[in-house]
Amino acid sequence: MRIYVALTFITSFVSPCGLFAQHSYLPSDIDDGRRIYETSCGTCHGAFGDAVPGIDLGRGQFRRAKSDEDLVRIIRSGIRDTTMPPFNFNESQATMVVAYLRNMTAMPVDRNAPIEVLGPPGDATRGKVIFEGKGKCLTCHWTNGAGNITGPDLSSLNGGRGRRSPAELRRSLLEPNAEVRPENRTIRVVTKSGATSTGNLLNQDTDTIQLLDPKLGLASFMKADLKEFELVPSPMPSFKGLLTDQESADVISYLLSLK
Amino acid sequence: MKCFRALILILVGVTSLHADVTFDRIVKAGQEPQNWLTYSGNLNSQRYSLLDQITPANVKGLELQWVLQVRTLTGADKWEATPLVVDGVMYTTRPPNEVVALDAATGRIFWTYTHTPSQATRVCCGRVNRGLAIVGETLFLATLDARLIALDARTGRELWNIQPDGVAPELGYSFTSAPLVVKDKVLTGPAGGEYGIRGFIAAFDAKTGKEAWRFNTIPGPGEPGHETWTETTWQHGGAPIWLTGSYDPDLNLTYWGVGNPGPDWNGQDRPGDNLYSDSVVALDADTGKLKWHYQFTPHDEFDFDSVQIPVLADIRWQGAVRKVMLWANRNGLWYVLDRATGEFLSGKPLTQVNWMTGFDAKGRPNKILGPTVEGTRVYPNNQGATNWYSPSYSPSTGLFYVPCWMDTFSVYRKDPKGVEYREGQQFTGITPQLQIPSMVPRATNTRLPEEGYGAIQAVDPTTGERKWLFKMTDVTDSGVLTTATDLVFAGGREGYFYALDAKNGNLLWKAMVGGQVASGPITYAVGGRQYIAFNAGNAMFVYALHR
Repeated sequence: MRIYVALTFITSFVSPCGLFAQHSYLPSDIDDGRRIYETSCGTCHGAFGDAVPGIDLGRGQFRRAKSDEDLVRIIRSGIRDTTMPPFNFNESQATMVVAYLRNMTAMPVDRNAPIEVLGPPGDATRGKVIFEGKGKCLTCHWTNGAGNITGPDLSSLNGGRGRRSPAELRRSLLEPNAEVRPENRTIRVVTKSGATSTGNLLNQDTDTIQLLDPKLGLASFMKADLKEFELVPSPMPSFKGLLTDQESADVISYLLSLK
Repeated sequence: MKCFRALILILVGVTSLHADVTFDRIVKAGQEPQNWLTYSGNLNSQRYSLLDQITPANVKGLELQWVLQVRTLTGADKWEATPLVVDGVMYTTRPPNEVVALDAATGRIFWTYTHTPSQATRVCCGRVNRGLAIVGETLFLATLDARLIALDARTGRELWNIQPDGVAPELGYSFTSAPLVVKDKVLTGPAGGEYGIRGFIAAFDAKTGKEAWRFNTIPGPGEPGHETWTETTWQHGGAPIWLTGSYDPDLNLTYWGVGNPGPDWNGQDRPGDNLYSDSVVALDADTGKLKWHYQFTPHDEFDFDSVQIPVLADIRWQGAVRKVMLWANRNGLWYVLDRATGEFLSGKPLTQVNWMTGFDAKGRPNKILGPTVEGTRVYPNNQGATNWYSPSYSPSTGLFYVPCWMDTFSVYRKDPKGVEYREGQQFTGITPQLQIPSMVPRATNTRLPEEGYGAIQAVDPTTGERKWLFKMTDVTDSGVLTTATDLVFAGGREGYFYALDAKNGNLLWKAMVGGQVASGPITYAVGGRQYIAFNAGNAMFVYALHR
């Protein structure tokens, strides 16, 4: 399998290029719609709009909507007897979401990601060899029922809610601390007696913190018992200079080939 | 409130808190009562704990510590799961097939794993899952669409996910019980007796999921017991598995209760005793070979599944210590069997029983009733005198504690046309007229006590006598927990959860939690503090003493 790391350069003006789009939208509306989408819609529909079977929001594949007006109505009213709930948006907000849906294929999910005109094509077979060999990725990571628990599970980056774009993966590989997803954060706690624990932040509330310390296992702390707690840099090393562009593309191809 | 996990960390420094749950630890689970390592707490399934912080004197000081909600319960769903607790971490399941790891002291969630059962899944009685098994750092989940899944207990990540040979959810095969780990194998079997499945108990390699052995609960051609079926009836005769078995490490025998034959209420379609339906089977844990069996209800026509928990105890029997098995059965009787040989030692009624008049010398019941075209009233009712609700045996009091439906009946009608098997469809006969709703409790109860009531009763295995009975107006689907301080914990459909004096049944404390208790209570400790946990309605409630 070959993955071409190619993203379209987005200018400050975004034209209505989504399939079946019926209106022109301002870039500011599209951007506002993206923010609403990510907080309200993406949890079910996924970052790419294709997490619900049979629906691909970014490519104009809907079950019931035939127009932008239909989409606005469905967003605000929901669909009875389905898991699509009504959202308490006004018409303007719902229209912003539609503006984003009609343009989401043209926008990178990570707006801060470096934009590449073209990367080398990757080869998943070569990528597997690098992933398990030179890259020593299984020292920390987990894929398809095996590996280590220190790092994130990389088994399903090409589907559902965990889906990642090639650009995101490339950035994680080369600049791992540029943006760490909330579920992959590393936290270090120090108890009032001086004991420390460092691991993947799993959960927290007003009073407590839960983490997975590779040495201690699952651990829960009362914040009142801690001298300090803070997020620390990801233990993921940068592979800039360690892997060639071609090797990086191969690894990314391999990761996106996993199911 | 302090963090006990953190406290342990301070005390021991930076060392591993999560020791492997070796099988040796599981065998000796009674020696670490702060944990709850199997569905029934221990391989002998006594659901008895040595924890002694909560006593009859201070039990009134119990206070709610935290609550865990389920996401959805619909239709006949009930939250029947018993959690596991390992070194301060609780693992449980929420309907339909979600696994949750949480801090046992605070209820805060570490991780969740969600398996969405296939839409082809068919279940008779709600999307029920009763819990997990663990060995090493691996959890085992058996799913409603008949898959067995291994998870890394630290992360919830999937290690393997298999569908055993010959099972398919569209044929009515499903797994609802917590698996049982014996040595390096994971044991379970399918529910689906109402869909004409052919039941089995199978052992799977804990590392790989590869099937190691299988015992068919309906013998095939050439196997002993096959003669108790006719023609093709054995192929769809049910005999499912839907509760967790027990294990005796000294005898290396694992014991499992087997469900009813199908079609449930049309026995004329399947003449014979229908082995091993409604039986307990004792299997060699390494090979699955049958060592002995005892059939509680030969040729059952009343849906008297015998899947109840096999409770293993060493008691004085006629002057000598004897390895016995205590069994409170859905058919209205409770039994004492020799668990080395299967010898019938005693059978006594828990409640009004009219379908039999006694036993022959080998313990075969003298059955006198069956369904008729015009209808036959049978005590106990279709849901039984007891059912999936775990009983408990206390070595401290020597008593066996059983949740019961008292003096209830059903009316059974025979379908003279017979029942034809159709793949994936219910294969039961005419549903009996139920005196008490079986699955979904009504919000109100207008029955009079003489029309059936619920109870926790204590019976003495050595004498066969009832020692006491704690009466509830409505029936109970709750399991029972006993402790070394002679406390009994149980609940009922009314939404009350009780602490009783194990010696006399006196009520010592109760809490109203507003939902039927449909699971077995457990107790555990974190940081030296004892907790009591149980599910009721849509939530798990966890109590501890005020401090």
